[in-house]
Amino acid sequence: MQYNWNWGIFFEPAPDGSGTYLWWLVSGLGWTLATALAAWLIALAVGSVLGVLRTTPRRWLVRLGNGYVELFRNVPLLVQMFLWFFVLPELLPAALGGAIKQMPPPWAAYVPAVLCLGFYTAARVAEQVRAGIQSLPRGQNLAGTALGLTVAQTYRFVLVPQAFRIILPPLTSEFLNIIKNSSVALTIGLMELTARARAMQEFSFQVFEAFTAATVIYILVNIVVVLGMRWVERKVAVPGLIAAGGAPQAGH
Amino acid sequence: MFAGFDWDVIWRSAPYLFREGMTFTLTLTVLAMTGGIILGTLLAMMRLSSIKPLAMLAGGYVNLMRSVPLILVIFWFYFLVPYIGAWIIGAKEPVKVGAILSSVITFTLFEAAYYCEIMRAGIQSIPRGQVWAGYALGLNYWQTMGTIVLPQAFRNMLPVLLTQTIILFQDTSLVYVLSITDFLGAAAKIAQRDGRLVEMYLFVAVVYFVISFLLSWQVKRLQARLAVPGRM
Repeated sequence: MQYNWNWGIFFEPAPDGSGTYLWWLVSGLGWTLATALAAWLIALAVGSVLGVLRTTPRRWLVRLGNGYVELFRNVPLLVQMFLWFFVLPELLPAALGGAIKQMPPPWAAYVPAVLCLGFYTAARVAEQVRAGIQSLPRGQNLAGTALGLTVAQTYRFVLVPQAFRIILPPLTSEFLNIIKNSSVALTIGLMELTARARAMQEFSFQVFEAFTAATVIYILVNIVVVLGMRWVERKVAVPGLIAAGGAPQAGH
Repeated sequence: MFAGFDWDVIWRSAPYLFREGMTFTLTLTVLAMTGGIILGTLLAMMRLSSIKPLAMLAGGYVNLMRSVPLILVIFWFYFLVPYIGAWIIGAKEPVKVGAILSSVITFTLFEAAYYCEIMRAGIQSIPRGQVWAGYALGLNYWQTMGTIVLPQAFRNMLPVLLTQTIILFQDTSLVYVLSITDFLGAAAKIAQRDGRLVEMYLFVAVVYFVISFLLSWQVKRLQARLAVPGRM
């Protein structure tokens, strides 16, 4: 087999003059993390609200939450990415749409990518939050009411804090998913880690070095996130409250 | 707000979209599902095996696949498969492997990791006594697994396996990065040729939504039917 290994490639200058290939990958990792973190904030905020709505006794709120989850789960992420990037600016009023299209390069891809990943992952977070709240014994809700708490207070002080502790492990995997899914943004031109590895392969022809490096970086990020979340889990654990075992789930 | 759009482009391109694009998408889904479930079940059996190296090998493979993005795996195999092919048949030059074959291999190997975790949970859900009963009857490992454990594990996990397949169906759209004409790829080609991005991408979203929604609704019904009352 003929393949010319060259692990020194990372320290050779990249063609765009911005530094070495290694710097390309590092800046790619930076965009991956920046996208994932910003999207995660949206996902957590929107997902928590939707998840709570789906457990309220109001039928139309439940329907609203269910509709959102079904809509965002049943369209492929890549298609959603195209909708945010290509379609949304056309449907908005001309002035606003034009302004979106004229954003300078990294932001033109970054903003739609963050919105897309955020609202996509929100549906999955909502599903977890709902499951978490519904896994609590009914007595918790009743006890809250009996103490004279309003519905909002019961959620704020009794149900949500417990539910989030229970769903920390699945939320960790959703956070890992959002990091991995941010690679889909390369299709709209965001130069995140996978895109950088691909560009490095195109310019330097060192396919396997480039992809190996990207793979190793993704694995390291995974390990850091898992360790970090384990620390958070220990930090917020309430003695005596037993964490729920995870049932197998389909997902990526 | 939809005044300036030409929805007719959908009708004009529908035969191409479905005959070329959707056929490929469905073929890839079915092939990767079949291959993925078979390979995933084998991986699950390896992970649960008492032979340590086997368990570690399978565990490492599954964890590796699950920690990298699918797009990166698609690129990996697109460039790696020609070299593996050359290595297998002993050729000097990398073998030419089309994007289509490469994508089938990629999705099979990638999804196998996810199916493996589902099947592992399925196998573990079968009480150990059943395995001992199998051995006590004189069955060997493969007979016990094949006739007692796996059929039940498969049945228990059927809804999750099918949900994973719906996700796989949606994920096949990522072959777009290899410029393959799957359903999305076909629509993107028309969209760019005719300058009809809005119409085509909205149509693609609706089609994917309808198919996935109907399938997951069926899975939910199946789940309700399989559920034993009073047992969670």
